[in-house]
Amino acid sequence: MSNYALTRRYFLGSTTLTFLFGGVTAAGARTISGQPPWTAFTANPPTPELGNGLLFFIPSEFNTVDAIVARLIPADELGPGAREAGCATFIDRQLAGSFGTFQRFYMQPPFANGTPQQGPQSANIPHVIYRTGLAALDAYCRATYAGKAFIALEAAQQDAVLQAMEKGQAKFEGAVPAQQFFAMLLQNTREGFFADPLYGGNRDMIGWKLVGFPGTRYDYRDHVSKHNQPYPLPPVSIFGRPDWQVKG
Amino acid sequence: MARKLPSKDVVIIGLGWTGAILANELADAGLDVVAIERGPWRDTAESFNVGYAPDELRFAIRLDLFLRPAQETLTFRNNLNQTALPIRQFGSFLPGDGVGGAGVHWNGQNWRYHPTDFRLRSHLTERYGAAAIPDDLTIQDWGVTYDELEPFFDRFEKIAGISGKAGNLKGAIQPGGNPFEGPRSDEYPLPPMQMTYAPTLFAEAARSVGYHPFPTPSANASAAYTNPLGLSMAPCTYCGFCERFGCANYSKASPQVNVLPVLMRKSNFEARTDCEVLKINLDGSGKRATGVTYVDTSGEEWEQPGDLVICCAFSLFNVRMLLLSGIGKPYDPATNEGVVGRNYSYQTNSSVQMFFDNKTFNPFIASGALGQSADDFNGDNFDHTGLGFIGGAGMNCVPTNGRPIQTRPVPPGTPNWGSAWKKATKESYSSAFSMTSQGSSYTTRGNYIDLDPTYKDRFGRPLMRMTFDFPDNDIRMSSYVNDKLLTIAKAMNPRQIVANKTGRPYSVVPYSSTHNVGGAIMGADPKTSVLNKYLQSWDVPNVFVMGASAYPQNAGYNPTGTVGALAYWAAHAIRTQYLKNPGPLVQA
Amino acid sequence: MMRAVATAALAALSLAAPAKATDQQSFEQVQRGRYLTTMGDCVACHTAPGGKPFAGGLTIATPFGNLLSPNITPDAATGIGAFSDDQFVNAVQNGIGSRGQRLYPALPYPYYHKMNRTDVLAIRAYLNTLDPVSNAVEPNQLPFPFNIRMSLLFWNLINFDRTPLTDDPDQSPQWNRGRYIVEGPAHCGACHTPKTWLGGDDNSQALKGAVLQGWFAPDITPDARKGIGGWSEDELVAYLKTGVIARSSASGPMAEVVVNSTSKLADADLRAVAIYLKGLKPGTSQSSRPPSADDPHMLAGKAIYKDSCAACHREEGDGIANLFPRLKGSSLVQSDDPTTLIRMVLEGSRAAATDARPTGAAMPSFAWRFSDGQVADLVTYIRNGWGNSASSVSASAVKDVRGGNGPDPVKAGQVR
Repeated sequence: MSNYALTRRYFLGSTTLTFLFGGVTAAGARTISGQPPWTAFTANPPTPELGNGLLFFIPSEFNTVDAIVARLIPADELGPGAREAGCATFIDRQLAGSFGTFQRFYMQPPFANGTPQQGPQSANIPHVIYRTGLAALDAYCRATYAGKAFIALEAAQQDAVLQAMEKGQAKFEGAVPAQQFFAMLLQNTREGFFADPLYGGNRDMIGWKLVGFPGTRYDYRDHVSKHNQPYPLPPVSIFGRPDWQVKG
Repeated sequence: MARKLPSKDVVIIGLGWTGAILANELADAGLDVVAIERGPWRDTAESFNVGYAPDELRFAIRLDLFLRPAQETLTFRNNLNQTALPIRQFGSFLPGDGVGGAGVHWNGQNWRYHPTDFRLRSHLTERYGAAAIPDDLTIQDWGVTYDELEPFFDRFEKIAGISGKAGNLKGAIQPGGNPFEGPRSDEYPLPPMQMTYAPTLFAEAARSVGYHPFPTPSANASAAYTNPLGLSMAPCTYCGFCERFGCANYSKASPQVNVLPVLMRKSNFEARTDCEVLKINLDGSGKRATGVTYVDTSGEEWEQPGDLVICCAFSLFNVRMLLLSGIGKPYDPATNEGVVGRNYSYQTNSSVQMFFDNKTFNPFIASGALGQSADDFNGDNFDHTGLGFIGGAGMNCVPTNGRPIQTRPVPPGTPNWGSAWKKATKESYSSAFSMTSQGSSYTTRGNYIDLDPTYKDRFGRPLMRMTFDFPDNDIRMSSYVNDKLLTIAKAMNPRQIVANKTGRPYSVVPYSSTHNVGGAIMGADPKTSVLNKYLQSWDVPNVFVMGASAYPQNAGYNPTGTVGALAYWAAHAIRTQYLKNPGPLVQA
Repeated sequence: MMRAVATAALAALSLAAPAKATDQQSFEQVQRGRYLTTMGDCVACHTAPGGKPFAGGLTIATPFGNLLSPNITPDAATGIGAFSDDQFVNAVQNGIGSRGQRLYPALPYPYYHKMNRTDVLAIRAYLNTLDPVSNAVEPNQLPFPFNIRMSLLFWNLINFDRTPLTDDPDQSPQWNRGRYIVEGPAHCGACHTPKTWLGGDDNSQALKGAVLQGWFAPDITPDARKGIGGWSEDELVAYLKTGVIARSSASGPMAEVVVNSTSKLADADLRAVAIYLKGLKPGTSQSSRPPSADDPHMLAGKAIYKDSCAACHREEGDGIANLFPRLKGSSLVQSDDPTTLIRMVLEGSRAAATDARPTGAAMPSFAWRFSDGQVADLVTYIRNGWGNSASSVSASAVKDVRGGNGPDPVKAGQVR
């Protein structure tokens, strides 16, 4: 009842947003004048990669990637590694997104081999690199280690396989060279270890805790002049930290 | 067929720093102005929400705010003998996109080029004789002098709220500032920022070996500030998310913070976003622009007529726009004739990395332009006699961030993975830092931009083709200044020093700098320049081209401060000269 | 047939005649009318989104149903062109329409009744100079029984104070001028005074803050904590003039009031308003029982504040002048009703942009980031941090404000 009285316009202030020349169809252009546009609730937040299902990998692929990341950044006396951080889940989610198809990149033919200075020229998109690379890795491991898959190998054997991939000594069947696959695996594993936890990796911010990065904190004015003193506060992710929850 | 829209007085291509400045100045002069921007509208609260702005994966790795190569890229080769191939993923440089342009995602180092930079060939000839300039270099004077630009440097610094310390006030050297800088009419509008640990050590060490360090001039506000347009900035919080990110709290100067809110209030201005200009249209004579044709997100083509067309896209895309529109004669390295695409240059950078024991630098406490610099070996601040090169580099210690996907130094020889990598990563994260030398890049006959014969963009227009490698002169220069950095490094007594010198060939893969300059250069002679000293096209006088594409060669500084000054300089010329008598402001 | 047409034409001519009368109005009267129209912010309600100014058609939601604001351009057929001066005055000051029908008090005629006739006619004179816009609006969109205008007779009996406003000789001319503006043309109480169950002003609580359209218009009496007790006259004047001062930024509906109205008023009038408001009797602060600093909700709220808010509003709630409002000691923050505060956290906000303070700084939306409980804890902390004192806020209160608006929050605990 208390609302009964005057009300006011409250939407865009005096911004004018017009679609060009109403009457002309399909004009995608936006003309803005009057003041910078602003509307309530407008935000473009990231979508957290929650849930347990796989979005790109089949389970055997996931298990192999999980075993690989566990060697690339192992759990050791310094703390948990990429497996504990969820890096395989991170990679699965990335492959399901725009990264998986190199949607943002220039992928027009002709594809030609250039110099290293001319940058990547492969037509392989991450979907192909992972799917083909994992199949080739499986074949390579079974051929080299008496029918054993990568996940069945001893840690030292797994390291040997990864080293052979990194150095280009392992010859992979198919269109994806072992080195190309390895380079992408390593890059994505590091990304998953250090990216915000919302993307599925860096679980419990363990990557940030390893190096002492405070995450999304946006204000260090109280510490900027404290030279050579470790920063005391724990990291914060985009969706917070444990202290944001009421205790007890 | 493009549908024709009502005519405007001024059509601006691109709404970044220069587009916003020109639009605001010309709207103030009473002109009816439209700015056409190919990217989206962007503003602080919605686009750089403090809750998700600090997202390294999204913004620094997946490059959310940048131009997608799928939208436009360029092809690249090191020399004329190679076949250029497309840059499929941006690497060594990162062009921006959307309202605010590179002014959104820059770090914020804001420099004035040195007085000698503007008359480079004349100056070097006077000091060392013409023979001292290597034959393969095509360096030349800008056609404008530092003294002419000084009031406009001052204007841009006040608009952008630059933090710093003057080193030369009207000829009087000031303690604490850069003693090598050109004379300034006024102090910086804000004092220097609070200094972090690494630059503090750098400054002490540089002083101890006889150099002259000073706080790097920064567009990250050291204190709350209100600019001459009445627009407010908040003090920087040292969050370490400048380059590749938008600023969430109004601390980093940008068109959004420092110009647009005032511009948008003007009823004779409108912004048209998500519209990509295809070309500048010319009349039958080819001597007059009639407006532009652009395409909207629906694929609809529109013709926007206008009396004055101002190209305010990023430097590289200004050059391509001229090539696609047939404005000016394209440069041909075989004949050394033509001008558009000529004198493309870059930045010659090298670095020195230091690993310490028992030191904690907290690299995440940072801002894009917070640091210390020394200009002892920049430009012609030192005697080049007998050195075998010309040019120089600023020595900078500006640690911009500690974002761990990208900033994770490890000593050479560390394995790329496994426990040894993990241990080195943990140990070095907070106990290492780098210094850089940001060097001049001098032009050659073979470094240039033209249109690619093979690869096309999504509209079927040819991509531009970049042909570039570092000249021997610049390699020698960079090596020389890198050695000076090493003397500073040794004075800090770290456990390990790693020199990373620039070598040939130039690669487009690792990030180096987005200071792509030249290709539509200004000058005094239409045979060797595209624009006159007011950034006006020699060939089509109702076209002006802003930005670093006008630089005849690059100096050892970040280009934005001079881009801003040139924009105000050109706007002033348009307001005070061109509007009274539209036509060439300089007779060819 | 011909005759009928001719008669209609004649009628149209005669109807159009009053609009011509503007030619005889003095320059001074029209200028004064324009100023008063600005003071009353008439354009805000009498303009539809995207429509011509003053041509009406804005939907005004009331708890009883929707009303549409009428066309007040001098169009004879659809606007006020055909009104006599008396009809105009009767509508504006008494809520009686040109056909004798009772108008709904969405038109704040109880305030305009306090204005003198000269001023009301000056507004008329100004409106008559506008371009006539043909825009037929049927104001009454109310469902039964509220569409029966006779009920307004009863409403008026209870809610319409017809006491004329006369100068108080014991007060300064400035105070009297301020009272005239506040209680008359500026109709501040329309938003800031709580309403009775019938929707009339609860005059015992005049200007002590009210919820309207999902915004809490704060107490503007000199209450030290919830009101303007801590504000100096200069601050009040600067706030009304520029919209943005160190302690507060006008946002939400008040941003528009500042932009359209108060920023354009004479400094002397703003000073008079400040003097009058500062001289009001403060409301009696309800004693709230603030939560203790070690309350788990306060601790969670403090952590959220430190990580999400302090970069702008600063650790101690001091804010940054001209950009980020001060939360410490803020009357809006400590209001009994936390609606506006919750709303700002959820949907964000843009401050007023004026010629003096053109930035129009915006607060980002956090609806996507915080659960209802987290917003409640955060707001509770802000209301009780740094010496502030106000009641705790519950998650259900946040849920009510969030409504169906905005994206669903992600429960932060799900992301590890």
